[in-house]
Amino acid sequence: MGLTSVKEFIELSKSKNIPLWQVVLESDCDDTGITKEESIEKMTLLWQTMKNSSKSYNKNDKSASKLVGGDGGLMQEYILSGKSISGGIIPEVIKEALKMGECNACMKRIVAAPTAGSCGVLPAVLIPFQKQRNISDEEIVKSLYVSAGFGQIIAYRASISGAEGGCQAEIGSASAMASATLVYLCSDDSISDVADKCANACAMSLKNLLGLVCDPVAGLVEVPCVKRNVIGAVNAISSAEMALAGIESKIPVDEVIDAMKEVGDLLPSSLRETGKGGLAGTVTGQQIKFMMNNI
Amino acid sequence: MNIFDILGPIMVGPSSSHTAGAVRIGLVARKLLGEKPVFMEMCLHGSFADTGEGHGTDKALVAGMLLMNTDDERIPHSFDIAKQENLQIIKCVVNLKDAHPNTVLLKVCGENGTKLELVASSLGGGRIKVYELDGMKVEFTGNYPTLIIRNLDKPGPVAHVTARLLENKVNIANMQLYRDSKGGYAAMVIESDDKISKDIIDDLQKMESLVKISYLE
Ligand code: SF4
Repeated sequence: MGLTSVKEFIELSKSKNIPLWQVVLESDCDDTGITKEESIEKMTLLWQTMKNSSKSYNKNDKSASKLVGGDGGLMQEYILSGKSISGGIIPEVIKEALKMGECNACMKRIVAAPTAGSCGVLPAVLIPFQKQRNISDEEIVKSLYVSAGFGQIIAYRASISGAEGGCQAEIGSASAMASATLVYLCSDDSISDVADKCANACAMSLKNLLGLVCDPVAGLVEVPCVKRNVIGAVNAISSAEMALAGIESKIPVDEVIDAMKEVGDLLPSSLRETGKGGLAGTVTGQQIKFMMNNI
Repeated sequence: MNIFDILGPIMVGPSSSHTAGAVRIGLVARKLLGEKPVFMEMCLHGSFADTGEGHGTDKALVAGMLLMNTDDERIPHSFDIAKQENLQIIKCVVNLKDAHPNTVLLKVCGENGTKLELVASSLGGGRIKVYELDGMKVEFTGNYPTLIIRNLDKPGPVAHVTARLLENKVNIANMQLYRDSKGGYAAMVIESDDKISKDIIDDLQKMESLVKISYLE
């Protein structure tokens, strides 16, 4: 039935002395009966598709509602102007996140990770990062198993659906998955230390987005979804940085996930993908909805 | 959930429930129809009606009827393709009592005159369920090979069908029985682990008291 706690996940890696990605690969093959080769082939296809979605981006595309489109292009121009405040990889990550979110809204082919609305977070960190550090596709594919492992545990203990748990469950989960993935890719520690740091990164990213509500304007996966991919991706990087620096989450990750579940259950339905509360309920949000229904 | 439910599916956006799920509903309808469609009426309910246009739900349903999968990049252009293939489309809004928010009532007609009506919902993450087929309450997901048999409500058909499947070593994963009223019409929905061959289906076609047989691979 897959992984059910991060504690168990990490213990398995330590006791068998195999990296986290291998724990996930083996447990999934046991569960589903597919071979390791088939599994890796599938995962490789997901990675190729993520890269292709990024390439399919066209800054002139607009979504059917015309609410989103073009922001990835604006970010690109800004980067080229050399005026970015942070510089380095961060503006690239922001650009990728916007591009992916916009590709999704414009009906391009994407990889749900874990959902379509949050599809931009993982590729937003992985694509620029691969370029910057010259990481092989094989290594990235391995790291995707790490993210799937954490995602599986979050899905089991809490939720990865905005309708159930709010946006913390979508962008929050994506961010947690991405930060663990980054730590896995960057750490040169022992297998056991990497596992602990990945868990800390996952915990910190989730904590930072705890309580995030799902409030899509007019019920469409556009506003605020596209830009939330940006915070998911940048939060993944800051949490990964902290974990790599040796900073630990005071609350153990499984308990953080359980807290996310509790918070999600307490959210009123107006803040769980119904397009009623939060930003969707603002005057402008309502106006947009009204206009949409009367086109 | 297995890891490829966490990463994946590969799909055309923007929404796994309103787009990917809708493609799958269209695809199930198309496969159940079993022939090239010439007409489809889609009656959207709830959130499908409210946000369907922005999510491309209508395009997705049509794409499924044209045998496209959830990752087919032609989905946004499905209306144009439908025109080329002479598939006539009507779109409307309905209010179905007690239905899931993402529900559609589809009425379709094939080139040989076969007609089919189904009510199906998209449950999130691309998962779907069919709740009504030709006016009869049913429940199946389309994840397994599914055999749907409608017959007159008399003793015998269930034993007959299960015996045929047993003879052919088809393992039944799920089986449900439904009926309209005593002595009226009944339906059997059988989800199997193995594919059911055309020979078995042809053989079942000869069954006494059979009204209609549909198969979804
Ligand atoms: S606001 Fe809701 S629909 Fe948008 S990304 Fe977040 S969870 Fe998904």
